[in-house]
Amino acid sequence: MTGEERLRLLEEKAAELRRLAQEHDLDLSAELAVLEQKIAALKRSIYAELSPWARVQLARRPDRPSGLPFVQALCAGFYELRGDRIVGDDPALRGGFGKIGGARVALLFHQRGTTPEEQRQSRFGMASAHGYWKARRIMEVAARLRLPLLTLINTPGAYPGVQAEAHNIAGAIATCIWQMLRHPAPTVAVILGEGGSGGAVALAAADRVLMLENATYSVISPEGAASILWKDAKFAEKAAENLKLTAQDLWALGVVDEVIPEPPGGAHTDFLGTVEAVRQAVLHHLRELSTKPLDELLRLRYKRYRHVGSAGSGH
Amino acid sequence: MPIRRDKRDRYVEIEVGAPAEPLWVRCESCGELIFRRKLQENQYVCPRCGAYFFLSAPERVASLVDEGSFEELPPPRIEEDPLGFSDQVPYKERLSRARVETNLNEAVLAGRAKVQGIPVILAVMDFRFIGGSMGVGVGEILALAMERAAEERKPFVLVVASGGARVQEGVLSLLQMVKVVAARETLAQAGVPYIAILTYPSTGGVLASIGGIADVTIAEEGALIGFAGPRVIEQTTGERLPPGFQTAKFALEHGIVDAVVPRAKLKEELVRALSVLAGEG
Repeated sequence: MTGEERLRLLEEKAAELRRLAQEHDLDLSAELAVLEQKIAALKRSIYAELSPWARVQLARRPDRPSGLPFVQALCAGFYELRGDRIVGDDPALRGGFGKIGGARVALLFHQRGTTPEEQRQSRFGMASAHGYWKARRIMEVAARLRLPLLTLINTPGAYPGVQAEAHNIAGAIATCIWQMLRHPAPTVAVILGEGGSGGAVALAAADRVLMLENATYSVISPEGAASILWKDAKFAEKAAENLKLTAQDLWALGVVDEVIPEPPGGAHTDFLGTVEAVRQAVLHHLRELSTKPLDELLRLRYKRYRHVGSAGSGH
Repeated sequence: MPIRRDKRDRYVEIEVGAPAEPLWVRCESCGELIFRRKLQENQYVCPRCGAYFFLSAPERVASLVDEGSFEELPPPRIEEDPLGFSDQVPYKERLSRARVETNLNEAVLAGRAKVQGIPVILAVMDFRFIGGSMGVGVGEILALAMERAAEERKPFVLVVASGGARVQEGVLSLLQMVKVVAARETLAQAGVPYIAILTYPSTGGVLASIGGIADVTIAEEGALIGFAGPRVIEQTTGERLPPGFQTAKFALEHGIVDAVVPRAKLKEELVRALSVLAGEG
């Protein structure tokens, strides 16, 4: 019997006891308390079955729902914009326009690729400077058209390379954050898989930040933290625990507004179900945000980020 | 603690944390034994080989502002060690050690100052304090400083000396990038100029946020300017780094900074920019 089946059995038993107590006017509170304790303990252990490190592995799966297939399933009539108009077109960070639930949105998303050839071309979703300059360009177009902006994040991080530096990748990331903070329409970011450092935050300065249940969001990879702080990459698992990079931890810290549940085996076991869950969550938040006048939207956005990590923030 | 370059004209990082007050200091770059007072007079540039030593934040402040004009802003109150982080050393202990070693409360020092009579808000980062890394404390001090600058309509001057985000504060440190950019927008709204001075090192999340979007960007000769560290790039991509990669000159040639200036001329350069940009009308 799996943990979940045992849990269901215990919950049925508790319901039965409650019914008996009511029907026959019995005091079964002691028995019920014992049962409820068991249920709570079991829930904790099922929940804890997935360690932060296990979630890191799930988030990194190549078959994790994300990228172009995800966007094509998520919205109707996706129209892609390409190129930063200066250097070229980065296949690791893509974007354009589409309709979700009948509403027009601008989209930006990381593309990790599924075949080895795609993965090589898109550098496993590590976007370079011209990727982020393209993102800025698409944000500007979206701003002119007053379109809500939806970003779908799944990247190990921004690309560390000679060309990236020559094309000012740091300035590109900073400019994306700035542009997103100024965006004159609602903004929603969804972390689908890996939310790796600067490459993720460049697209995450949104009004609402949502995460899939097994996605991660971190300042550095657990391996990177382990080799810097423990001087040994073998400590990655321990670093993953310390970094508080899971959706649940980040929700508790007030960094994330909603954790979108995944099917028991992980999002990759149900592509369309995951797309649908994300669509519902995004529509819900876009609807809420669309009722706010622009000056209030910008004021709330500023407040959210101005006080992040300061005393008194969080849920 | 000088910054040395190897034969391919790349930087070599030197251990930080030299003893506080020896009479003589050895230049790790050329081996010269230098009388400390002489080094101080030369603004911590080796008189023999020209290697740059790290400047502490108080020394940097003194080198840029009119004597006695610096008045530190009241430090913000923040919750320390928000994640309860512990690696080989608990983060709380790292913090207290850094405080003892540097006599600073955080990796940035911010205050009101005058530069050749021009009032500014100045923030200076200190690499000795956990690599000048930006966590909630640094983010908060920088944001407050920019808000003061916007309110008082004084130019904001930032001297960057930072390896990037403070890993021990996890995603909260990553989000300080957004915080300081949000505060930078208040400067823009107020029409107040922002000048960044990039020194050794200006990398990672600090360059990819507040360090990367100034109105005027000046690089100190000897600066290291880049998003990813040279070792990370080599290890991830296997690329050979070209000579002079991520130097101040590289940044100038690639259109990333407006000027490269030797340390001794930084104040003069700052005054030249400020005297045109500061003030109304």
